[in-house]
Amino acid sequence: MSNLQELIRLMKELEDRLVVCMRCGMCQAVCPVYTQTGREADVARGKLALLDGLMKEMLDDPRSVEERLNRCLLCGSCAANCPSGVSVLEIFLKARAIITGYTGLSPAKQIVLRGMLSHPETFDRLAQWGARFQKLFVRPVNEVVGTSCARVVSPLLSKRHFKPLADEPFHSRTPSAVTRPGASGITAAFFVGCLIDKIFPKIAQAALEVLDYHGVGVFLPEGQGCCGIPALSSGDLETFDRLLRHNVELFAGGQADYLVTACATCTATIKEIWPVMASSAEPAIREQVEALASRTVDIHQLLVKKVGLKEPEAIKTAPQTIVTYHDPCHLKKSLGVMSEPREVIGKATGYRLVEMLEADACCGMGGSFNLQHYDISSRIGRLKQENIRATGCSVAATGCPACMLQISEALSKAGDRIAVKHPVEIYADAIKRQ
Amino acid sequence: MISKALVKEFQKAAGKENVMNDEADRLTYSYDAAVLEPVMPSLAVRPVDGEGLSRVVRLCNENRLPLTVRGAGTNLSGGAVPSTGGVVVLTNALNRIVELNTEDMFAVVQPGVITAKLAAAVEAQGLFYPPDPGSQSVSTLGGNVAENAGGLRGLKYGVTRDYVMGIQFFDVNGEPIKTGSRTVKCATGYNLTGLMVGSEGTLGVFNEITLKLIPKPAYQKAMVAVFDQMDGASRSVSAIIAAHIVPATLEFMDNFTIRAVESFSQVGLPLDAAALLLIEVDGHPAQVEEDAAKVEQLCHQHGATSIRVARDAAERDKVWQARRSALSALAKLKPTLVLEDATVPRSRIPEMVRAMQEISREFEIDIGTFGHAGDGNLHPTILTDKRNRQEWQRVEAAIAAIFDKALAMGGTLSGEHGTGIAKSCYLEKETSPATILYSKRVKEALDPNNILNPGKIIG
Repeated sequence: MSNLQELIRLMKELEDRLVVCMRCGMCQAVCPVYTQTGREADVARGKLALLDGLMKEMLDDPRSVEERLNRCLLCGSCAANCPSGVSVLEIFLKARAIITGYTGLSPAKQIVLRGMLSHPETFDRLAQWGARFQKLFVRPVNEVVGTSCARVVSPLLSKRHFKPLADEPFHSRTPSAVTRPGASGITAAFFVGCLIDKIFPKIAQAALEVLDYHGVGVFLPEGQGCCGIPALSSGDLETFDRLLRHNVELFAGGQADYLVTACATCTATIKEIWPVMASSAEPAIREQVEALASRTVDIHQLLVKKVGLKEPEAIKTAPQTIVTYHDPCHLKKSLGVMSEPREVIGKATGYRLVEMLEADACCGMGGSFNLQHYDISSRIGRLKQENIRATGCSVAATGCPACMLQISEALSKAGDRIAVKHPVEIYADAIKRQ
Repeated sequence: MISKALVKEFQKAAGKENVMNDEADRLTYSYDAAVLEPVMPSLAVRPVDGEGLSRVVRLCNENRLPLTVRGAGTNLSGGAVPSTGGVVVLTNALNRIVELNTEDMFAVVQPGVITAKLAAAVEAQGLFYPPDPGSQSVSTLGGNVAENAGGLRGLKYGVTRDYVMGIQFFDVNGEPIKTGSRTVKCATGYNLTGLMVGSEGTLGVFNEITLKLIPKPAYQKAMVAVFDQMDGASRSVSAIIAAHIVPATLEFMDNFTIRAVESFSQVGLPLDAAALLLIEVDGHPAQVEEDAAKVEQLCHQHGATSIRVARDAAERDKVWQARRSALSALAKLKPTLVLEDATVPRSRIPEMVRAMQEISREFEIDIGTFGHAGDGNLHPTILTDKRNRQEWQRVEAAIAAIFDKALAMGGTLSGEHGTGIAKSCYLEKETSPATILYSKRVKEALDPNNILNPGKIIG
C-alpha cells in the first residue's frame, strides 16, 4: 500500500476503538515513557489523538505518527489504568501494521524479521554461529549478574552491558520431549520462546525439572518459532502471521491440558494478542488459535493454581537468600498474575522474599524499544535498579526473560552484585537442595 | 505560522529540545478532557525555570501570540484548548516542591507539581492538603489554582481557593507580581490572590504558589447508607446539614450509577437501591463516634433500608473504591461522556436530583448522577456517542436545561470544573451584562493585546 487514502480507510476500521478514549489523561499517571519525557505524544492519550488525527486527515505525514507511535514500551500500564477501558495494545499493534503497510519496513527490520525471525531454523542456525563467535567481540563485565560488554568500541553495542548468547541453546540440548503425566495427572505443552532458548536455556531446563518433580507430563515439540511479538510490534504482519501459523500447527495437535510458557511476554502474546490478530484469519485457524489461547497459562499460575505447591521445609540453620520480585507488565497488567510468582518464591526453601518499592513499575525494556530508544529505556531501568538495590537482596527475580535482560544491564552498569533469576530457577534450586 | 527567527527566540528561552513545532506534536496539544473540537496551536514550549517562563510570556505578548498554559490537560471546560495559531506553554517541567514548611504549615510549589504528589509529601510530614479533584493523580497544582478545583472534601475542608496563601506570577509583559504572603493573616494591597484563583490563565501565568496546610485528622469513619427511594437519600443529606454535622465527605450515587459500578467492579452494591449515600466523618475520635451515630440515626429516619459502617481501613477503602470507580464505570457504557458540575445550594439537592431524572426522560438521553451531594455539587453525567448527531443535539439541549434548573435554584453553572469555553456563553445568565462588562474591562486593562488564554470565561 502506498496510497494515503487506503491508509485512512484502514485506520477507519479502528474508529470504534479509538472513540472510546475520552481524553481524560489518566494514563499520564502510569506511563513510564511519559514520566521521563513529559511529552504528550509519548503517552497513550497523545498517541490515540495522533491516530485520530491521521484518520480524520488532520495530519498528512504518516511517518511522523509512526515515529511517535513507536516510542512506546507496549507495557500496557495505560490500559490497566484506563477508566474507559480503551483497547490500547490492540489499537497500537494494528495501527503499527497499517502504517508500516504504508511506509514500508526498514531494510534492517526486513533482514531481521523477514530474513531471520520468520524462519525458525535459519534463526536458530544464525544464533548458534553468533554464540560461537561472540567471544571475539565481547568480554565478561560482571560475573554475578552474568553480563558482558564490547571488547572494542562498537557503534552497535555502544556502552551496553548485556547478557551474551548461551553457549548452547536449549533446543540443541533438548530438541523435543514427550513425557506422560505423573501424580498431577496434568500434561502441559511447553512453549520455550526465543530469549529463553538462546540466552536463558537454564530457565527452560529448570521449568522441565519442576514440572517433572510435580508429575506434570510435558509435550515439547521440535522446531518451535518465536511467538511473533517482535514482528507485530514492528508492524510486520506478514512475519507475525507466518510464525502464528507455524506455532499453531506445532501445538494445536498436542494432547496437552495446558500450553505453558515461562516468558511473560510469550504468554500474554499467545493468550491476548493471538486471538485479536487472528480475528480476520480463516475459521479453522481462528478456532485453533482461540482454543490454544484459552489453554495458555503462565508457568507460575500452572504451578500454584493447577498443580499445587507444598509448604517448604523449615530450615533453621541455613542462612536465607534475600530475593526481591519485579512484576513483568505482561504478567501483572496484561494477565493479572502477581501473587503466583511470589508464592513460587515463597515455597522455595532457603529464600526469603523482600518487596521492593513499585515492584510493578515497568523496567523499561519493551523489546525493540530498548534498541531504538536506549537512552529513555536506560533511565527507566535505572529507577528499577535503585529500587532493587534498596531491598538489600542478593537475587532479583522476575517472570520474564526480557525484563531479566533489562534488569541485568541496569544492575551491571550500577556495579551491583545481584544475580537475576526466574522464580522457577529459584524453586528448582530449592528442590535440588532438599 | 511562526517565523524561524521567532522559533529560535523561544528555543533560547526554554532550550532547543523544549520547543515543539512539528505538526504531530502540536496536534497532541490541541485538546483537553472537555468534549470540544481540537484547535491546533502553532507551537508548544516547555520552560524549565521561572526565567524561561517569563521570557516565553514576554515573547508571546511582543509578537501578539495567544498563550495557553497547560498543566496535565485534564480540564473539563476547555480551559487548556489553545487558540488557533497560538502557543501552548507546558508547566510539567516546573515540577519542584520548592519548600515544605511544617512549622508554619505551608508549601511553596512550582505550578507543574502533581496534586497527589504534593498530598503524599505533605502527609509524610503528618500534615494535610485536602483538595482532591478526581484527576489528582495527574492534575497539576497550577491547573487546580487556575480552575479553582474542588473534590470530595469540599463540604468540610473547602476547595483549592481556601488553601492559596499567595501566588508569584508573571503579568503579560513577563514581569513578576507578588500576591499574598506566608503569614496566616495578610491585609495589604488588593486581594490579587483572589483575582488569580480561578482566572483560567487569562490574567497572568503562575510561577510559584504558596499553599496552606492543616493538621491531619486523627480518626475517620466511613459508611454506606442504602435507600429505596431517591428522595430519602437527598432528604437525608439536607437533614445531616441541618443538624449541623459536617462530614468530610457526603457523596451521592443514583441507581443508574450504582448498576454501572456494580457491573464493572462487583463490589457488592445493592442493584435495586434507588440511591446510595457514601459518608465519612473525621476528626477527634469521640466527636467522630458521636457524629457517626447521629448520621446513622438521621439516615434511618429518612428511610435508609440499611447502613453499613466500615469496621476497618480495608472496608473503608472498599467504600471509596466504589465511589472512585463511578466515572470509569459510566465511561465504559458509551463512547462519549459529558461530565457536568452545575451546583445548587445544598438544601436544594432533592429538587436537583429530581430535575436530572426529568431531564433524562424529557430529552431521551442517559444521565447517571453521582457526586458531592453534601456541598450541592452533583455530577450529572451524560452518556452518548458524539457521532450520533441527532442525539448530540438533544444532549446540548439537555445541558442548557441542566444549567437553567441550577440557576433557577440560585445555583451556579460550575462548582469545580471552571467556565472555559464550554460555559462562557451561559455566564451572563448566571451573572449580569454589567458583570461581564466589568470582567472584560479588568481583562483589557491587564492584557491589552488579549493574548492570555483568549476566549475563555468571558468569551
